[in-house]
Amino acid sequence: MNEISILRSLLTIVGVSVAIGLNAVFVVWLERKVAGHMQYRLGPTEVGPKGLLQTVADGLKLVSKQIIFPSAADKPIFALAPIICLVPVFVAILPVPFSDTLQGHELDIGLLLVIALGLLNTLGILMAGWGSDNKYALLGASRAIAQICAYKIPLLLCILPVIMLSGSFSLRGIVNAQDPVWYAVYQPVAFFIYIIAITMETNRSPFDFAEAESELVAGFHTEYSGMAFSLFFLAEYSYMFLASAIASILFLGGWHGPFLPGVVWMLLKIYFFLCLMMWFRWTFPRVRVDQMLNFGWKILLPFSLLNFLITAGVMAIL
Amino acid sequence: MGKGSVVPPLIHFAQLEKVLNHARANSLWPLTFGLACCAIEMMAAAGPKFDLDRFGAGAFRASPRQADVMIVAGTVSHKMAETVKRLYLQMPAPKWVIAMGNCAISGGPFNLDVNYSVVEGVEQIVPVDVYVPGCPPRPEALLEALLQLEAQICGTRRFPEPPPAMPKVA
Repeated sequence: MNEISILRSLLTIVGVSVAIGLNAVFVVWLERKVAGHMQYRLGPTEVGPKGLLQTVADGLKLVSKQIIFPSAADKPIFALAPIICLVPVFVAILPVPFSDTLQGHELDIGLLLVIALGLLNTLGILMAGWGSDNKYALLGASRAIAQICAYKIPLLLCILPVIMLSGSFSLRGIVNAQDPVWYAVYQPVAFFIYIIAITMETNRSPFDFAEAESELVAGFHTEYSGMAFSLFFLAEYSYMFLASAIASILFLGGWHGPFLPGVVWMLLKIYFFLCLMMWFRWTFPRVRVDQMLNFGWKILLPFSLLNFLITAGVMAIL
Repeated sequence: MGKGSVVPPLIHFAQLEKVLNHARANSLWPLTFGLACCAIEMMAAAGPKFDLDRFGAGAFRASPRQADVMIVAGTVSHKMAETVKRLYLQMPAPKWVIAMGNCAISGGPFNLDVNYSVVEGVEQIVPVDVYVPGCPPRPEALLEALLQLEAQICGTRRFPEPPPAMPKVA
């Protein structure tokens, strides 16, 4: 390993950490602003210009708060859960290309890595629910497990046509394959189902069963205070960022776009998806668990399977 | 730091504590917790006209583990007192309490000799930082209580003091 590659690795680590931290600070602020304006309020205005320092104040406060371990908690699992939730994002964001030149590490199977590491989020939620020794936390965790079966298979079946069309598992290859026309045009059904599935994957309303404030207090993180809680928060917003990045790479042509530089286009597309998810959250009521499972198994799965088979058939004929 | 801290720290870092206290004052997350009619005014204070979220206090947390300030909004009966105390103990330090309305301050209209069920002031079970008189107090009064709590925590007040009330014409 020569000096250049060591320097590059260091830069990648710093860059990924800064990107994830800044994204969380910005998106939490944006979420509160969007929520405010959707409810005919203003949202944070007083802390910093336009309330921009609100998340910084929240973060500092959470860091300095007491962390309570419930006496009956399974301590190693309880302490490890937020870390298991957060750390995979740092790895999964590595193969994501933000422009033609800006990428952590090029991998031939980048998409597979992102999908595999995306599953660890649910493991963290399960550990949090199990380790807390709290009935609400356990109920939230069990719902997250039920949910993952309902959304992950349609999600993968939506990704498969894209892989077949582009002939590549590499995210860079997928972006390069949709040079003139985005895959959202060829695959509107897959695009639509993918957006629903990532809303489920990131535990966002209307599918926020694992948290479900009105039913389960705070769901899987009921017992978490201070920094441990903020790690879950950070993980949620980082997964949203990651899922939006993958969505824009798979269906909206990644960094491709006229006039502006590639990074700007990529970030615009990512924040388009993030704003879409916020819009969902503050307009839809939470559906019931059985409705969500029925929807996942009886509607999303058949349609995505059909879409996959039709794509395969058309590709075989042409 | 107010009544919320459990154990005073061995070593004080003046500048760090100043920064942390400002952060705490600017993100006072209340506990989603209403006992009686004052809770309606509390909800109004979080709504569009008054909007607690402007000061970073709009993130009502349902779990006491993630809340900073308990707004005791309403009549505390002896039966509920156990729960109020338990919720207070479940909150992580530093934590603060606002007693909202006459009932939470002193039992209010239920402060009678024949009364057998109402706690005469929530201060008998948890330490209170700010009292908001009124039956019920208007949302502006709750906003003012939050501003005073912020001033207690970080030492500086966000807005100028309100002008004194108009003198009564005899």
